[in-house]
Parts: sequence; C-alpha cells; structure tokens
Amino acid sequence: MEKVLLSGNEAIARGAYEAGVLVASAYPGTPSTEILENITRYKEIDASWSTNEKVALEVGIGACFGGARALVTMKHVGVNVAADPLFTLSYTGVRGGLVLVVADDPELHSSQNEQDSRNYAKFAKVPMFEPADSNEALEFTKLGFEASEKFDTPIFLRSTTRISHSKSIVELGERPQEIPQPTLERDPAKRVMLPGNARNRHYVVEKRLLEMEEWACRQPFNRIEKGAGKVGVITAGVAYQYVKEVMPDADVLKIGLVHPLPKQMIRDFSANYETLYVVEELDPFIEEQVKAMGIKVIGKDKLSICGELTPGRVQKGLFNKDIPTEDNSPELPARPPNMCPGCPHRGVFMELNRAKAYVTGDIGCYTLGFMPPLSAMDTCVCMGASIGNATGISKVLSEEEQRKVVAVIGDSTFLHTGINGLMDMVYNKSASTVIILDNRITAMTGRQENPASGYMLNDQETYRVDMEQLCRAVGVKHVKTLDPYNIALTRKTIREEMARPETSVIITTRPCMLVPRDNMDKRMPLYVDHDKCTGCKACLRLGCPAIAWDEENKKSNIDRIICVGCKVCQQTCGFDAFIEHGE
Amino acid sequence: MSDVKNILLAGVGGQGILLASEVLSEVMMMAGLDVKKNEIHGMSQRGGSVVSHVRYGKKVYSSIIPEGEVDILFSFELLETCRYLPLLRKDGQVIVNNLKIAPPSVALGKQDYPADLTKEIARKFPATTVVNGLDLALEAGNAKTVNTVLLGALSNVLDIDRELWLKALHKMVPERLLDVNLKAFDLGCNAK
Repeated sequence: MEKVLLSGNEAIARGAYEAGVLVASAYPGTPSTEILENITRYKEIDASWSTNEKVALEVGIGACFGGARALVTMKHVGVNVAADPLFTLSYTGVRGGLVLVVADDPELHSSQNEQDSRNYAKFAKVPMFEPADSNEALEFTKLGFEASEKFDTPIFLRSTTRISHSKSIVELGERPQEIPQPTLERDPAKRVMLPGNARNRHYVVEKRLLEMEEWACRQPFNRIEKGAGKVGVITAGVAYQYVKEVMPDADVLKIGLVHPLPKQMIRDFSANYETLYVVEELDPFIEEQVKAMGIKVIGKDKLSICGELTPGRVQKGLFNKDIPTEDNSPELPARPPNMCPGCPHRGVFMELNRAKAYVTGDIGCYTLGFMPPLSAMDTCVCMGASIGNATGISKVLSEEEQRKVVAVIGDSTFLHTGINGLMDMVYNKSASTVIILDNRITAMTGRQENPASGYMLNDQETYRVDMEQLCRAVGVKHVKTLDPYNIALTRKTIREEMARPETSVIITTRPCMLVPRDNMDKRMPLYVDHDKCTGCKACLRLGCPAIAWDEENKKSNIDRIICVGCKVCQQTCGFDAFIEHGE
Repeated sequence: MSDVKNILLAGVGGQGILLASEVLSEVMMMAGLDVKKNEIHGMSQRGGSVVSHVRYGKKVYSSIIPEGEVDILFSFELLETCRYLPLLRKDGQVIVNNLKIAPPSVALGKQDYPADLTKEIARKFPATTVVNGLDLALEAGNAKTVNTVLLGALSNVLDIDRELWLKALHKMVPERLLDVNLKAFDLGCNAK
C-alpha cells in the first residue's frame, strides 16, 4: 500500500473518499477548513460550502436520508449553530452513514472560545471517535461510517488543531468499487419527529448507546498498551502522543471512541494500578465519568482545563518539572497578525476610529480592526452577533449615544447569520448603522467561496447575492454602496449614516487582496518622497505592514516588495508625499 | 533514549516556512524515517510569527517538539530566532537567515528593533550559521527562493543523502521554478 505524509484534515478527506462518501458539506472554520478543500480532489464526491453550519448539517442529513454516505465538517463553535438539527438527528438516525467532523481549537489559536466538543457527544447522545494522528484520522473516518450504519446513528469525529494541522505518515486504501444508488424511501415513524414518533425514538437512542458501550469494549480502537506495569494512564486523542513521549514506561489505555466510554474495559484496566492518571485536553470529560464509576484518578487537579497540552505541560503538571517557554519578554517586540497590505477593510476602520464610533464587531479578518493603531472594535462575540448586539445596545442608550453605535460584519458572516439580525433590527424599529465589509470571500479561513463570491467550492460560476437588494428586501431604506479605497467618500458616508436616526446599511465593496481572480489589474507600489514627508505620522494610523517609520530620518518609508498600490495611504497624507512610480 | 531529531522552523507569515518544512519532512520520509510535522494556520498567516515543528526518527509520538529539546532552530528572521532560543537544547544549533522584518510596534516607531541580534545568538549558541538568504536568492535569480537557499544551508548539517533533497525539490517545486530553486539550493549548500 502507498504511504504518504498527510495532515489530519487531508487524511479525513481521504477517509471520506475511501468510505465511498457521495456528499460533503461544510462552512469553513479553522482548524477544519482544509477537509472540504481537499475533498475537491475526489471528483466522485459532491462537495460544497453551505451558508452556515446548520445548513451544512441539514444538507448532509438530506443526503443520508436519500441513502448516500455524507460527511459534514465544521469547527467547534460551528456545532453551536448546527446544534438544532444535530440533537434531533440523533433521534431519527441515518440511512446512509453520516459523520460530522468537529475540529476543536484548544489554546484558541484562531477562535473566540475553547469549548470541548466531547460534551456535545454526551449532550446530543451522538457517539464520538477521536483520532490521535493522521493515520487514525483516515481509519476512524471510515470506521465512523461503518458504525453509523451498523448502529443507525450519526457519528462525531473529533479533531483538534494539533491533529488537523499536523502531518504524519498515512497508509492509503481504495474507494469501494460499488456504492449503493441513493433512492427515495419513506419511513415517517423514523424521520418525522413529532412528539408521538420522537417519544419512541428516544428509547431507541438510549438502547443504542448501551449497545455501543458494550461493543466498544471489544473493538481494537480502544486498546491497552503494556508498559512496566506500575502506572496506568487513560488517554485519548492527541494527549495520547504526549503520554507516550513523557511516560514511555506507563501502561496506557488508549480510547478511540470517547463517547460512549468502554466502562467495563476501564474497570478492568484500573484494577491493576495504585496510581492511575487520566490525561486529556480541556474538560475532565473522561475523568468525571471514571470518577463516577468509583475509581480514583489523578487528572485535572494536576493538568489545566485551560489551553492545550504539550509534552512539557504534561511533564510539568504530573511531575512538577520546570519547562522552558518562548521568550515573550517585553524587550522582544511582539509580532501579532495584521490585515494584509491593500486590505480594503483598513481605511474603514481608520475612519471608524476617527469618528469615535462604538463598533460592535464580528468574526473575520476584520476582527483585526481591534488591534492598534486602528483600535476600532468594541465587541466580538460570535458569527453574526454584531447586528443583534447593535440593536440591543441601542435600545438602552440615549438618542445621542445611540448614534455612535456601528455594527461591522463581513459578507460571509452576514450571509451566515447576520441577515437574521438585520431583519430583526428593521422589524423592531431599532436604529443603527450597519457596515457590510463585502470582499466577496470568506477571507480569514483562507479564502473560501460564499454566496457573495459568484463562485462555488469547485470554482464553478454561480449566482452572486445582490447585497443591496437583499438589505432593501428586509426593509432597510437607506443602503449605500461604496469603494472603501475612496477614503473621503468612506468618511463622509460613515458620518452621515451615523447621524441618521434610522437603520442604514453601508456596503463597502472591494475584493480581498488575496483572491487572484478578482485582482487581475496590477497596481504599482508607491514610494515616499522624503522631500515632502514632514514626519507627521498620519499615515502610520493605518497600521499598514508596508509602511514603516524610519527613526533615523524621521520619515515614513514604503516597503515596495509588499506594497500593492491601494493608495489609501496617499489619501491620509496632507503633503502629497506618497508618489506613484513614474511621477 | 529516543533517537528522534527535532527541527524548529521559525519566521514571519509569508516567508515560505510551511513549504520549507514540507520539503524537509518529505526528505525524511524518503529516507525511510517516521516523520511528524506541526504548525498553526489561520490567524498566524496574517504577517504574524510562524513556527513549524519537524520531528523524525525511528518512531515519533508527539508532533510538538518537547520544550527544551529542539536540536536545530532553523530560522528565517532574526527577531523570531530570539523568541524561540529558550526552546533549544543547551548544545543546540542555529541556522539563521540574516534578515530583519519590523514587527508593527517597530514600524510604528513605538519600539526599536533589538540591536546586535546575530552576536547575541552566536554568543548563546556557538554552533550558529548565519546565511545571507536574500543575497543568495537574488544570485539564484528569484528573491522568493530564500527558503530553498536556507534548506541548502540546513542540508549541510544533516546526515541525509543529497540525492533525496534533489528528489524532494523535483517533487514539490512547480516545474517552471525548478531550475532557479535547484540553483538556490546549491548556493545555500555552499554558503559559509
């Protein structure tokens, strides 16, 4: 068999292919995004970006009711959005297998919270596999589909950042030669979840979990690795690797199915040790259940619930050994992420800052508008929250203060869940300014298409949502569209609309700098004429990575390698010091 | 005692670090070793600090290098090198690109870029190689081949057949950029 180096996400995509999956749907979210991007290389699978995670899961459910195997992927917080169909899907069960991949982000490398999705498995009564490397990511994906059909249940596959974005060696298999043809099949008692039907199904769900618990005690994905026989460790997922690294002599019960836990197996294993550890990331999910079985374990009293584990953190927690950490002393200047040179959002945030707006923010690249020197974001809660937050805060403020409130949201986020907030704002006669930063792409996660792009995941052209019409259709009377590279117009419009005592929407439209198909016209980089530059630092307010302060000459400089010639800086300069090539 | 070797790549988003770690991992796999590599995508790609862990040996467990066990810090920028020096073994090696990229606080004139970093690094870790990556990349004919130049310099200190490096470059570099990258790799190998 061929061996290749794959990331966890690539391996899950491959696993779906080898499992004979026909439909894959998702909404992008770090660290899950690359799964669907990699599935596009398998033409046998119909893969698409949905408008949000709830829709993605509903599409998957439909496909599985039709008899096809379906893969649905999202990041941890995406499950909050998809929770509604998820909990009832647990009752209906499946026809074709359905695997829902959820990628958690311990340490919040790129997220707004650190929730542990294993709790969803228990809460929604959906079994959950958790791989510890790429090869298991592939194997467990396939296994997930088999278990899904065998037990008539959706299956969770839980990844974490360090699984999704780590590469390790994977053995490839083949796609099955024959895949059952999907058909229509009616079974209302199982698929129409009215009280009379659902009441019966709840018994089925509980029985299923008990059966799976027993089954899991006899399956190779839950295994015992013998060591020196003195210390026992129960672990799962990426934490298993750190245990093997730090405690090479320990006996290890490695759990592959984290819900339902193999209770008898745990009982038998635990009986052998005086010292027993549970090593797991985030919540004491396994630990609490093991303790509830009356077994004494060491776990979160030694290891933090917050943040990810590392080999050093396990060592420090369990054995109190000091570990070196990165040098983050103040003498070493920090290097936080920043909006790209030429990012169309930059000027908008500079103007919001200058207008002293109170900005309810949202999730996307533009959340970086929070960073100095732009410093123009006051809240950021979740996808789509900006508009509802603006409505709520406006309700409780004086008329004068209300006018300072501006909701800022990206195109993808607006279409994800922001549109509901806008409808509510108009319906309930709230008054606020909403800015839709339309760069025609889901940029933060690495440029994925959405209904505002005019393209699908497979690069095919499709209808592009008319943002202006959409806003008018829900009842916004004042909708203005402008080019955010035009700073004077951006400033004037923001100030006018903030002063208006009615709901208004400003759509700033300019494609993301990083999308090649939308940026065909090459602009020339600028340079600073030092004879004209007075060293006033007005341009530095933009925080553009291409502009740097030259301390020696007390002037600004442009890095011509990364400048893309957006000319926004030119408009901030009162002395015409930003010159185009050839002038 | 584990035979696993640990290389930490560090630098700034956009410098081609992920491709370099990809090539390095491929080389180790072709050498018949177990390999794991790890990095963070997402926010860090927006010009932020970027690291990639590469581990190889007979059997690798954690894809994160245990803290304090980095054998080689393979760095694309001076300030980022200093950030990760504490993670090196005491007898660790540094291969560093002689390049300063101003972080936002420096670009805004609020902080100075620390002075004399190369000296500081070499004082702490005598086994330091400083490579003028950009000069050599320009000599090869493309400023964007700095990462390949640096891989050449790294190959000097690793006990891996040159043929495997060339094979990995042939496999992973687009056809039209292959020649310039092979040249860049050789210039890196010869860098003193």
